Amino acid sequence: MATVDLNRVRKSYGAVEAIKGIDIGVADGEFLVLLGPSGCGKSTLLRMVAGLESITGGEIAIGGRVVNGLEPKDRDIAMVFQNYALYPHMSVFDNMAYGLKIRGLPKAEIQARVAKAAEILELGRFLDRRPSQLSGGQRQRVAMGRAIVREPAAFLFDEPLSNLDAKLRTQMRVEIKRLQDRLGITSLYVTHDQVEAMTLADRILVMNHGVAEQVGTPLEVYQRPASLFVAGFIGSPPMNVLDARFDAAGQGVALPGGTAFLLPRPRPDMAGRPIKLGVRPEHLAVTSGDGPLIVTVDLVEALGADTVVYGRLPDGEGMVVRVAGLPFCREGETLRVGAPPDALHLFDAETGRRLAD
Amino acid sequence: MQRRVIFDNRALPYLLLAPQVAVTLIFFIWPAAQALWQSVHLQDAFGLRSQFVGLENFQAVLSDPNYLETVKTTIVFSASVTLLSLASALGLAVLADAKIRAAAAYKTLLIWPYALAPAVAAVLWMFIFNPDIGILGRALNNLGYAWDYRLNDGQALTMVILAASWKQVSYNFIFFLAGLQAIPRSVLEAASIDGAGAVRRFWTITFPLLSPTTFFLLVVNIVYAFFETFGTIHALTHGGPGKATETLIFRVYQDGVVNHDLGGSSAQSVILMVIVIALTAIQFRFVERKVHYS
Repeated sequence: MATVDLNRVRKSYGAVEAIKGIDIGVADGEFLVLLGPSGCGKSTLLRMVAGLESITGGEIAIGGRVVNGLEPKDRDIAMVFQNYALYPHMSVFDNMAYGLKIRGLPKAEIQARVAKAAEILELGRFLDRRPSQLSGGQRQRVAMGRAIVREPAAFLFDEPLSNLDAKLRTQMRVEIKRLQDRLGITSLYVTHDQVEAMTLADRILVMNHGVAEQVGTPLEVYQRPASLFVAGFIGSPPMNVLDARFDAAGQGVALPGGTAFLLPRPRPDMAGRPIKLGVRPEHLAVTSGDGPLIVTVDLVEALGADTVVYGRLPDGEGMVVRVAGLPFCREGETLRVGAPPDALHLFDAETGRRLAD
Repeated sequence: MQRRVIFDNRALPYLLLAPQVAVTLIFFIWPAAQALWQSVHLQDAFGLRSQFVGLENFQAVLSDPNYLETVKTTIVFSASVTLLSLASALGLAVLADAKIRAAAAYKTLLIWPYALAPAVAAVLWMFIFNPDIGILGRALNNLGYAWDYRLNDGQALTMVILAASWKQVSYNFIFFLAGLQAIPRSVLEAASIDGAGAVRRFWTITFPLLSPTTFFLLVVNIVYAFFETFGTIHALTHGGPGKATETLIFRVYQDGVVNHDLGGSSAQSVILMVIVIALTAIQFRFVERKVHYS
């Protein structure tokens, strides 16, 4: 068990900068999810912590010890790979025991640790099998078992559920959560799946183009996205973002079509300035006649529990509304839609950063 | 969906197959059948008459102490060539698989020897090891080491082993490199996180995962050493000095073409044929079983 501290960590490949200075301290026992689109540098960052990629600049410390110059084997970490990376020529038992044998643990101790991990992961019946004789979910559990038996300072997960089908993914997600709660080992978990991030994380680090866009608890990231990127990446369907402008007094914001929203707190300092106005589809409400937004329905998706309505405002801007329950309107109809003031997110029109509220 | 191709013309499939069948018949089945026929006949020196002798040719060959000496030479030669060419090719492939500058050029250079004709390769080695004109040969003699592969049995065998191995390294290298590149990077990374250093990673992960390739190459190399090194030996030592570098295949040529003992030579060919068939059977049986990839 240990803390993991990243201090201005950078990585470049030649002239290309993949990681542009990441700062984060992961507390002992914390579950940190690195979330971002593919190519954002999240896997590279994890591999740098593992010691599989060199560190161009900055410092990585595990348990207070700077590990920049250490080989992966000396960092006391265990990693679970996307493709499981099991040793295909070894039995399940040997796969889990490999790291322990190298560390020279006594046979009885190895037996005991593997047996315990196998029990936790319900792998007891498969110890003699080869990985090729296991299903995807079982292989993933062996990969986890291999990490657990080592009793490392930190777990690193590199998109461990991406190769599983949807049902198994949900099931394994719950198992990982339960396991981490039980073992309390500091974990770094890379994913591009916001549901995994929201459900597993104590804190999420949202990455984009090698930069940390936001660090926060899942609800912070959802309720107060720090930038337009985070707002668009978290939430499904993504947040509606509209061009708008502060009114002359800074009391509210107005859309180009004239529709105005009052703000919970006036911003006289921003009077007259352009702004990006964000509102989540699930926070929009269909009203009976007095909603400020007039939406012409293009498409209705019935998800069963929810209905997602894709439509347009009079000026052609797209608008998505998510409402609980079964479909209530048809294509071509016009809806009046409103949003409560505290559901409005304001972002700087130029930088895309959230305005302080 | 029917996946079989349908031919309207009934003769067409046979016509398409004909060239392959013809090649196999003319260049493999016919000579093999002839060897089999001749191996049970005794021919006079002028090739005018031949007489059925049953297994006498085989008896004569197998009871000839010279032949058994040749078997021993062949085993030493083949084992050395196989081990040497496999080990050096694996070493080179491991090096080439690492991240290095100008990897493509390096790989191309390593593949070149395979394109050389055996006789050309032999001449090349002669220019290195000839005691009169060879660079190394002269250097060895100047240093006081009596080097002359034309006189010394051991030296002659060493040189044909070196030359024959060198020729085969390229082939092995290509297969080993492909095998190494087929090993998922993440498996090796997992091993290094599990605490294995480079040497242990090689012996506990890389080498076992290469076993299908290694086994395949083992069989191919034994076949090579047995049958395809004739050109190298012929050009370098002519099987000499004495019979020091005479392998089974060289003896087939020597007895049949030079000494005109067609029956004995054919009997030896048939023995060699049986060896190849056995090797091939072993390969087909075990290679598939040893594949680890899922």
